[in-house]
Amino acid sequence: MFEYIIKRFLFAVPILIGVNLITFALFFMVNTPEDMARAQLGAKQTTPEMIQSWKVENGYDKPLFFNGDAAGFDKVTETLFSQESLKLFAFDFGQSDSGRQISADIQERMGPSLAIALPTFIIGLVTTIALALLIVLFRGSTLDTVTMMVAVAIMSVSGLFYIIAGQVLFSKVWHWVPISGYTPGWEGVKFLILPVLIGVFAGLGAGMRWYRSIFLEEMSKDYVRTAKAKGLSDIKVLFGHVLHNGMLPILTGVVVVIPTLFMGSLIMESFFGIPGLGSYTIDAINAQDFGIVKAMVFLGSVLYIIGLILTDISYTFFDPRVKLS
Amino acid sequence: MMNQEASTVLSVQNLTVLVDNTPLIKNISFSIGGGEIFALVGESGSGKSLTSLAIMRLLPEALRVTSGSILLEQQDLFQLPEFKMQKIRGKKIAMIFQEPMTSLNPVMKVGEQVAEVLRVHLKLNRSQARNKVISLFEEVGIPEAKERYEWYPHQLSGGQKQRVMIAMALACEPDVLIADEPTTALDVTIQAQVLQLLKDIRDKRGLSILFITHDMGVVNEMADQVAVMKEGEIVEQAEKQAFFSKPRHPYTQKLLQDAIPSNHFKPAVESKTLLQLTDLKVHFPIKKGLFQRTVGYVKAVDGVTLEIKKGQTLALVGESGSGKSTIGQAILKLVDSTSGSVNFSNLSEQTQNTIDLTQLSEKQMKPFRKKVQVIFQDPFSALNPRMTIDEIIREGMVSLQVGSGKKEDQDQRIEELLDQVGLLPEHKKRYPHEFSGGQRQRIGIARALAVEPELIICDEPTSALDVTVRAQVLNLLEDLQQKYQLSFLFITHDLSIIPAIAHQVAVMKEGKIVEQGTVEQIMHFPKHDYTKALLNSAPKLFKERLEVAG
Amino acid sequence: MSFVWLWTDILVWTLVLVLIGAVRSIRRSEQIRKQWFYILKSPIAMSAAIVLSFYLLFALLDSVHFQYTPSKQGEATEQTVSSANNQGVLSLLDVILQHLRDKTERTYSAPFATHEYSTSLSYDESGAVTQVYRPLKFGGQHWTGSHTILDDVMVKTAIPFLFSCIFIAFIFTIHLGWGFVKTRGNYIDYYANQPDPKDELPWGAAYFTLFLLVFLFSWFYYLSHFYHVLGTDKVGQDVLYQAVKSIRTGVLIGLLTTLVMLPLALILGISAGYFKGWVDDVIQYVYTTLNSIPGVLLIAAAVLMMQVIITNNSDWFGSTEERADLRLLFLIFILGLTSWTGLCRLLRAETLKISQVEYVTAAKSFGLSPFRIIQKHITPNLMHLVLIALVLDFSGLVLAEAVLSYVGVGVDPTTASWGNMINQARLEMAREPMVWWSLFSAFAFMFTLVLAANLFSDRVQTVLDPRRNN
Repeated sequence: MFEYIIKRFLFAVPILIGVNLITFALFFMVNTPEDMARAQLGAKQTTPEMIQSWKVENGYDKPLFFNGDAAGFDKVTETLFSQESLKLFAFDFGQSDSGRQISADIQERMGPSLAIALPTFIIGLVTTIALALLIVLFRGSTLDTVTMMVAVAIMSVSGLFYIIAGQVLFSKVWHWVPISGYTPGWEGVKFLILPVLIGVFAGLGAGMRWYRSIFLEEMSKDYVRTAKAKGLSDIKVLFGHVLHNGMLPILTGVVVVIPTLFMGSLIMESFFGIPGLGSYTIDAINAQDFGIVKAMVFLGSVLYIIGLILTDISYTFFDPRVKLS
Repeated sequence: MMNQEASTVLSVQNLTVLVDNTPLIKNISFSIGGGEIFALVGESGSGKSLTSLAIMRLLPEALRVTSGSILLEQQDLFQLPEFKMQKIRGKKIAMIFQEPMTSLNPVMKVGEQVAEVLRVHLKLNRSQARNKVISLFEEVGIPEAKERYEWYPHQLSGGQKQRVMIAMALACEPDVLIADEPTTALDVTIQAQVLQLLKDIRDKRGLSILFITHDMGVVNEMADQVAVMKEGEIVEQAEKQAFFSKPRHPYTQKLLQDAIPSNHFKPAVESKTLLQLTDLKVHFPIKKGLFQRTVGYVKAVDGVTLEIKKGQTLALVGESGSGKSTIGQAILKLVDSTSGSVNFSNLSEQTQNTIDLTQLSEKQMKPFRKKVQVIFQDPFSALNPRMTIDEIIREGMVSLQVGSGKKEDQDQRIEELLDQVGLLPEHKKRYPHEFSGGQRQRIGIARALAVEPELIICDEPTSALDVTVRAQVLNLLEDLQQKYQLSFLFITHDLSIIPAIAHQVAVMKEGKIVEQGTVEQIMHFPKHDYTKALLNSAPKLFKERLEVAG
Repeated sequence: MSFVWLWTDILVWTLVLVLIGAVRSIRRSEQIRKQWFYILKSPIAMSAAIVLSFYLLFALLDSVHFQYTPSKQGEATEQTVSSANNQGVLSLLDVILQHLRDKTERTYSAPFATHEYSTSLSYDESGAVTQVYRPLKFGGQHWTGSHTILDDVMVKTAIPFLFSCIFIAFIFTIHLGWGFVKTRGNYIDYYANQPDPKDELPWGAAYFTLFLLVFLFSWFYYLSHFYHVLGTDKVGQDVLYQAVKSIRTGVLIGLLTTLVMLPLALILGISAGYFKGWVDDVIQYVYTTLNSIPGVLLIAAAVLMMQVIITNNSDWFGSTEERADLRLLFLIFILGLTSWTGLCRLLRAETLKISQVEYVTAAKSFGLSPFRIIQKHITPNLMHLVLIALVLDFSGLVLAEAVLSYVGVGVDPTTASWGNMINQARLEMAREPMVWWSLFSAFAFMFTLVLAANLFSDRVQTVLDPRRNN
């Protein structure tokens, strides 16, 4: 298993290089250091000397991919691409346009992001699975049909609408919870209730349908027939046999998500004024702060790859047939 | 009279099951006495498995029982509420299924799966249940029962899984055991062991067994009473002796006759060699570790030397995993051979030369593709569901440029071929799903014949078919061999069809040929232990017929 | 007047041609025809299909653009072009909704209002300042006050109702006539001998939905001549007009993205699954890399870069319409490039499975080339997965548009879209009293489309997915 994890991390390196290549291509080849310098210095009266000095100042004076002037291996390493990538691999994200350290910002903002993403994820997962199991117990009945119709309707509404409607109803009309804001610690809970509830509800439709179809598929398998022939009741079959087997396909979709919870939710955080990474990203996008966007892309990829590895590891706990090697 | 009624354990009376007003089981009645093995025989779709599910009240929701009753010791199971029925299932009536691979919960320890029955019905605690399970495992012949308790299904072999199923069924000492094709998915040697186990248990515990099967050999081995089902009805019911000596219903007679297609050995006639395999090896690398180093090889085919003669059939017999199908694929160059040669002799041409197929490139191989063709086991996956029958048959003719390139000529040829395999010209424009398994197998044969091959590799072509259909397909192959001087490499696990088809037999085990010779040599004077074991495991019915063969 | 073909127009009409081609080939294959028959046999799916085609119709009407230059001959036209609104590129839909474009108010007004929504300062002759609700310039100005607005609306409902009845009767006549031709006059005999009346499509549900839609839209259309049926926005533009114009954006993003995604997913997925080895490794690497980047961020990064290009090269674009259109096109491409990975993975797995199946082995033993095997044996057996994925993705993409527009990386702010409407509505909801109708309209139009798409895809899945058939 240890060897396996090492192997997976080694496989992650080319993927992260690929990610860097994509972001690099997007940010530097389309918007060359030349363009950046002009944009920063103002379009008027920019002499080549000024551009050059700006580039040196900001460390953008090297060639993009290949440095013909350097010797040997340095031809590749003494370039903008490899230097930018190396910095990212060391989690050194540099400064944002406002002059703050991005790494520090990220550390500071992960907490609030998790405060909203984690409860949404856990409550959402538990509720959806519980409801799906309940529906499977009543499969084929009117309750099943009606619930599935409702689920389709829930799926068909834009999440933005849930947020706006939720804020209007619960905060503006009924004054149950504050409309937005955040404080750390237990006092902050009142700010989190609404976004978490909305997050859970918005995901309910799609999740319920997906889990229901997984459980129903399991119900048609041979081992369920065996379990029934043993004289087990419906509930015992469902919880003792189907749930565990049904969790296996669910794991694939769910475990990947866990690390990316750190990234927060763009929409939720910006609507509810939560100072997490989601709103950080959205502000950066609106301010066209490329440094932050780059950092978030890299961070997102790293977390996704960790998620993939976690998925594989989780299978060794839940599926006795899987051995990592 | 009194006695007989008292000894009846389970009786099914006037049972009728419908789906959408179409009857699947039509008013059937039978009863099983104490300690009796009652065999319910029938071909696929005859309703025999549905009968067992109806007894357990586990029918799929779309099916409805419209009439009848099932009496277990005078108690009508159809009148019980579901929660009481749950106390019958697994305790009074237990069941084992055909597919041991899928019938056990893959993520639960096998010991726990058996212990669960004990805990539910007998309210045993954890350690009591555990001890009971271990003794049950020992009883059904699972070695190292204590360790096996902790194992998961995928770690056990097919035969052992079926033993676990049997242990599970026996756990609460039921009155009736329903065994639904319990040995169909197993190799012959394992099948013989499991059947023996079931018999021993019956003798020891005196429980009744409802044994559902399609295999007359197994019936002959096991049954006390036999009932034959056809299209939802019981057409004949008798004691075993009477049943096998004097079958009354024509359908039963046909079933018994087709069960062993022929017991006449084919005369050994001299003929030229068409295909010669010499020391053929097919090894698949096993890769492991960080850099996918090759750490070993799976020796699927390990030094096989065989000879197939013009116009004759070589039967290649072996159990699952013996590598017999891989040989077929290696001849067709669908897998790469590691070493050895596959020499094909051009007998049709003036200058008779032999060519080693393993040395040819795909392009050079193309002319030989029309000489060697293949028929598959599963008639359902052998035909592309999105193509019409004429498209399927035409494909090879176009690709290998056999016959005229004109569409009208091809159409005429397709009609001829359909006629030859016993289908109608108007079947041309239909899709595979509109045909039965036997008809599909005929289409597969027509497809292979379309390119006028000299050798056809038949990879278990009849093992998915019912016996009556199997007999027809074997007859068809025989006729075609006579007519076109075809050679067959007939890959099979089923000893009983060998006299009907083969001139030569080769027995394969773990990638090697352990014995080969004429049918008579192998059947009557086996030399190798494995061949002897195979023949020993074959059903008595077959062995009896073999005695008189010649 | 000359036609202007925007890039997205060309693509959408290409797609229509492809669809017509597909329908023609479907008619030839009995197997696929039967499948579609089963899909449409469900009344819900039939109704959903009609709703979807209604939306598609609007999107297509809005995809025929022309340059509207003041013409010299014809005085009637001269009068209409006089309005400033008529300069520039217009679509057929714009012409149909001309009256809505002309009747621009000063600011917010509620649905069916006759006066503005908020008060404004007014100076009367004596110079005293009063807070008054100013009357609207156009909305409800025919109203004399002799009866309530509700009564007025009820009376005016009669005309669209009559129109819808006549329209449905007309369609029904054509339908009957077509059936008559098809059965060569033996209509009664034909239907009397129909083996099972259940084998008919659910025409009742179809006509009901069609009537509802026609009535709704003709009602909106007719009444919009007298009122702002869904109110006006901050700058006095009619909200109904915006909502209807947004249909094109939503439908195009849903449809055209699939056009970009499909070839990528098909070619790469099948190649990876069939050829295995290093081809598989490379393709898996590419999609894992793409997948690992959070979708919204990748889109955001790409759109940001596009904005840089656009500002650096503003001379590339002839008009604001072209620029907005190019941005929409670019968004579609980016969405396509980021969303092919899911389907690709699915197709790869299925191809791996199919290439082990015996009919493929049979084809190999006939010496068929890999290309022929993929074409004849693998692709046809994957099409159900492709279709399911496409209809499933459609609704997701329509919803994604709204989120992206909110984040600021969606369509151009000048392009009408539900996302832009919701984005604006966020501030309107904070006003006192609330301005709810923009949000409501965007919600209603979007919900109908997405719900119809979801219901339809559900049925497609039930019929085509072999695992669900058990």
